[in-house]
Amino acid sequence: MCITVFHWYILQKDKNARPLSLSGHVGFDSLPDQLVNKSTNQGFCFNILCVGETGIGKSTLMDTLFNTSFENFESSHFEPKVKLRAQTYELNESNVRLKLTIVNTVGFGDQMNKQQSYQPVVDYIDAQFESYLQEELKIKRSLYNYHDSRIHVCLYFISPTGHSLKSLDLVTMKKLDSKVNIIPVIAKADTISKSELHKFKIKIMSELVSNGVQIYQFPIDDESVAKINSTMNGHLPFAVVGSTEEVKIGNKMVKARQYPWGVVQVENENHCDFVKLREMLICVNMEDLREQTHTRHYELYRRCKLEEMGFKDTDPENKPVSLQETYEIKRQEFLLELQRREDEMRQTFVQRVKEKEAELKEAERELQNKFEHLKRLHQEERMKLDEKKKLLEDEINAFNKRKSAAELLQAQAFSSSSSMNIKRDKDRKNSGFM
Amino acid sequence: MAELSRELPSRQVPATDFSYVGIDSILEQMRRKAMKQGFEFNIMVVGQSGLGKSTLMNTLFKSKVSRRSATSTIEERIPKTVEIKSISHDIEEKGVRMKLTVIDTPGFGDHINNENCWQPVMEFINDQYAQYLQEEININRKKRIPDTRVHCCVYFIPPTGHSLRPLDVEFMRRLSKVVNIVPVIAKADTLTLEERDDFKKKIREELSENDIDVYPQKEFDEDAEDHLINEKIREMIPFAVVGSDQEYQVNGRRLLGRKTKWGIIEGIITSLFLPFTVENVAHCEFAYLRDLLIRTHMQNIKDITSTIHYEAYRMTRLNDIKTYTNGMNGHESTACEM
Repeated sequence: MCITVFHWYILQKDKNARPLSLSGHVGFDSLPDQLVNKSTNQGFCFNILCVGETGIGKSTLMDTLFNTSFENFESSHFEPKVKLRAQTYELNESNVRLKLTIVNTVGFGDQMNKQQSYQPVVDYIDAQFESYLQEELKIKRSLYNYHDSRIHVCLYFISPTGHSLKSLDLVTMKKLDSKVNIIPVIAKADTISKSELHKFKIKIMSELVSNGVQIYQFPIDDESVAKINSTMNGHLPFAVVGSTEEVKIGNKMVKARQYPWGVVQVENENHCDFVKLREMLICVNMEDLREQTHTRHYELYRRCKLEEMGFKDTDPENKPVSLQETYEIKRQEFLLELQRREDEMRQTFVQRVKEKEAELKEAERELQNKFEHLKRLHQEERMKLDEKKKLLEDEINAFNKRKSAAELLQAQAFSSSSSMNIKRDKDRKNSGFM
Repeated sequence: MAELSRELPSRQVPATDFSYVGIDSILEQMRRKAMKQGFEFNIMVVGQSGLGKSTLMNTLFKSKVSRRSATSTIEERIPKTVEIKSISHDIEEKGVRMKLTVIDTPGFGDHINNENCWQPVMEFINDQYAQYLQEEININRKKRIPDTRVHCCVYFIPPTGHSLRPLDVEFMRRLSKVVNIVPVIAKADTLTLEERDDFKKKIREELSENDIDVYPQKEFDEDAEDHLINEKIREMIPFAVVGSDQEYQVNGRRLLGRKTKWGIIEGIITSLFLPFTVENVAHCEFAYLRDLLIRTHMQNIKDITSTIHYEAYRMTRLNDIKTYTNGMNGHESTACEM
């Protein structure tokens, strides 16, 4: 606020809210219900990113988790680059409408050179943050109708090798851990034996810790879920098995994978951690995942982006910079930039015009030269022709003279001789001439 | 490069029953988080002194949230300019914690010359928006921005029985654009039932003549159901209230009321054995006001403040900065409001 504003009111503010006891039922205990009702009417958004090699079971796990069959494409192993495919579905359960977006990586881990594999994933996540940031910065905005496409959780699928993490896994998770909540899962866990699995999990977790990868921790600050969350934290990464096929066990049909040597039941906690994953991801912490995405990851992105663009909260003397000042500074800079560009353009234009002028002048000169040259040639030709004409005329004159001289002689000879002679002479003359 | 394949128009995929997925547990998760965080509510009371503002607040929230000015001396009673007094309380009910702030405006309408007495109020409301905006555009933001924006302004109309006064019209016309206004007829026990109904009708007419949109505003009705409920409310405003924090015994029931020579005006019933619907709304419409403000529409009031009023303020403010003007505008810019 500018200091020049003078207040029309005298503010007496009680900074410390005193606790007060009520003497009866007021009724604001219905507030949480009012809030929940409003959210129910609006609907919820949840976006899951699945990162993992081709064929590791990402789509199957999604189908199993949400108990439905999403449209799935089996990708080939020959993708030249990693791509991301996003699909949005609307799920309904009881009175809850959930807009679920599942983003899958295509071609992850297939290339021979995997150095740039993580980049498309990072770019996608950043693009969603950017989109939200743009909406938030708009002057006329509608955040409440905005379809939130930011990734709330990233399920990272680890290959069940039984040994340790691949370097691709470490590099990718390290790049993603400050941008998204990562929950690592061991895929196709039915290919590992129980003892191997135990060692595998320990190895994975220690590798993550020693490389400083921060995966999502289920929150333990809320007493009602602290206990279950802390227990589950100890079971990470979850060893999952996905299946949409059903097998009859006893008298029930259960989701399972039938092998010649036995049946792996998806929802049997002794067989795999699927139920734990579903519990944690959907039933207990979905809202927390959304909140963390918004308050931690998005804020971090926003802070970095704004600082990159040159905004500051405090100026060099550490005084808080007011909104107005920041915008004015930015505006000045922008105007200066515009001015500079304008000058540049003007200069370029002038330069171009000069060049063109020079070109044209050059062409003109050339034309002029040509013209002169032609004119000269023409004149020379003309002179030659005139000379020839003169010569010809001289010749004609000479001939005419001879002719008249000869006629004169003839006339004299004719007048002194007979007509016969004249005829003979005439013939002779004529034949002489012919 | 990352590539977004075309987003399919959302298909309706019903989750089948044989295995429960658990999506609807998000409601419970949300409730849990909300209860942990607590709620905030800021309510402003505006009206001349002596109209029963503090008493009404105390009755609404069943505790001494507002200090009655009737006890102060004559010198203290009418301040020279309009003051804004803000008192906060932490109250809790059935595990739901709320920080309630009651903002009082002593001095409003009490002077001989009341021109522009709406200005301090307007400026206070805009200041709260400005504070919130400043926090919101910070680079390092707080996890939860403290919400001091005025959610609801209860305007007290003196029970003249005739019509709105110029001061009332002026105030409500200007402020209904920046805050949710809930007009009430104060000290309604001075009007008979017919007088009350006539007065209400006249007020509603005058409000619509002057294009004053009080809460619940027609344009923000979300769907048909909402519209129905809100229409019923709109037919009743302004509520005629009688505030009271004294209990009396009437017909074997204990209730809050006012004792006069000609009978006890029943405010609300405090007995636990009778359902709250047995309130004597023929006497006073306090119950409707309470339900509107607290039990059913509190969240909606907060939502309208943040999505409509605050956004409008933000838009104006950011546009002003864009066109390089100084000063702060609500929805009107006056030369002296700098």
